[in-house]
Amino acid sequence: MSEDLVVSIKGLSKVFRRGDLTALQDIDLDVERGEFVSLIGPSGCGKSTLLRIVGDIIPPSSGSVTVNGKPARRARLDRDYGIVFQSPVLYDWRTVTKNISLPLEMLGWDRGRRSKRIKEMLELVELESFGSHHPWQLSGGMQQRVSIARAFSFSPALLLMDEPFGALDEMTRERLNLELLQIWSETGSTVIFVTHSIQEAVFLSTRVAVMSARPGRIAGIVPVDLPQPRTAATREDPHFFELVTEVREKLQAAGADEVTEEATLQ
Amino acid sequence: MSAIAQPIPRATLADRVGRRARDWVPAVVVFGLGLVAWQWLIPDVFGVKRFLLPRFSDVITTFWNQRSELWSAGWFTFKEALGGFVLGCGLGLLGALVLSRWRRVGEALMPYAIAAGAVPIIAFAPITNAWFGLLSPWSKIVISAVLCFFPVLVNGLRGLTSVAPESLELMRSYAASEREVYRRVRIPNSLPFVFTALKVASVLAMIGAVVGDYFGGSTKALGVVIQSSVALGQFETAWAAILVASILGLGFYAAIAAAERLALSWHPSVRSRAE
Repeated sequence: MSEDLVVSIKGLSKVFRRGDLTALQDIDLDVERGEFVSLIGPSGCGKSTLLRIVGDIIPPSSGSVTVNGKPARRARLDRDYGIVFQSPVLYDWRTVTKNISLPLEMLGWDRGRRSKRIKEMLELVELESFGSHHPWQLSGGMQQRVSIARAFSFSPALLLMDEPFGALDEMTRERLNLELLQIWSETGSTVIFVTHSIQEAVFLSTRVAVMSARPGRIAGIVPVDLPQPRTAATREDPHFFELVTEVREKLQAAGADEVTEEATLQ
Repeated sequence: MSAIAQPIPRATLADRVGRRARDWVPAVVVFGLGLVAWQWLIPDVFGVKRFLLPRFSDVITTFWNQRSELWSAGWFTFKEALGGFVLGCGLGLLGALVLSRWRRVGEALMPYAIAAGAVPIIAFAPITNAWFGLLSPWSKIVISAVLCFFPVLVNGLRGLTSVAPESLELMRSYAASEREVYRRVRIPNSLPFVFTALKVASVLAMIGAVVGDYFGGSTKALGVVIQSSVALGQFETAWAAILVASILGLGFYAAIAAAERLALSWHPSVRSRAE
């Protein structure tokens, strides 16, 4: 196994007992250190399920997930994961500062080290003056930035992001895309990113994994060779459109009639 | 992006006090009108007799003249209510913790807890008198405790279990122990529910203690004073004792509400909305 392999998924399947539903079938996927891999597919293709299995939130039915050379469970107990959900999942009784502090407290960081890191993270997501606010005093986009700051705060080996911008308007979404790429390149982290949006997947990723409809399978991988760092101009690059078209054709070939940007039940 | 990143300005203290005062004006006016009606309109215009409703000024005069007896009776009954409140709420919270932690036990016991909560507990007052003794404060403490127990149990359980699944998934990703999940997520999440129940329980505890007194008790107890005054035709004393019960009940409620404001200072309903 390569030293630089962060995630290695082999022969993974998931069958939900209720309704005998095969959500995922024979998934093989390797993610190298520093990669940004998007999972894209039609609603109900199991991409969020795959993300949760990688994070050892739910168990697979068969197959294996190795993270940093360890079984997923060991990696979770070692706190190798940072997670961002579609909803920010902030705690109302904690201020912004205290929310970002939560994983650091659980890792046993001392107060001085915590407050130094929180300050850095608030600067990174440009919320320096909001540390003492409560989550409900912030807009949806700001709340999601706090959630991202919390996930990156303890420099986890692997970031799992489940449609983090799915509930935001287009303009906020594009701004946060740029911001996320900046944090990703500054921290050198590895990201697995679930999305409904083809443009978002191509813009952010180093590789896009296209999934087929139920049972979810990896129907194809599209390497994204757009130059780094990506900027607003990247979205107007002719090659960007070529890649978007390639992903869309792969999705259609995989049997997805349409991919919407709506939030759907996962 | 930083163009929108400005802290929201807070209202000044004077602004907030002024707004508060204006908010209270309608309530104060209604209170004043109610007193006027009680003092003059009801006895003089409608001719309501003294044994139905004594004049407000007579109640206040009696209250003042007998203040030491009334307050000591009130304090006696308030201690019963407080004991029942502490006992009932304590057991209710403990029960909520146990039932939320071991869901199977909860599913087995909850239907009975709800059914038992629907039983009119006051009906048991003569029974608790027989169990613990007519003069023992414990017969009233138990009535108050049983009244407090169910709302605290049900609300506490709801607060501990109504946590977003993603909150728990996040804690799982941090490899949090069950204890940490309680400390950092479930218990803070339950506090708004628990305080709502505690406010309800504070009122129920006072009701339980006073009504418990009605079925017999020490002559030092407020409920006994109310009952014997009515029997002796001393309606002003009965009303003055009810006033004492109300003041104590309101004070109790206000103390819990103040504790709530302190404990839930983060909560949107506590923070000034205009902020």
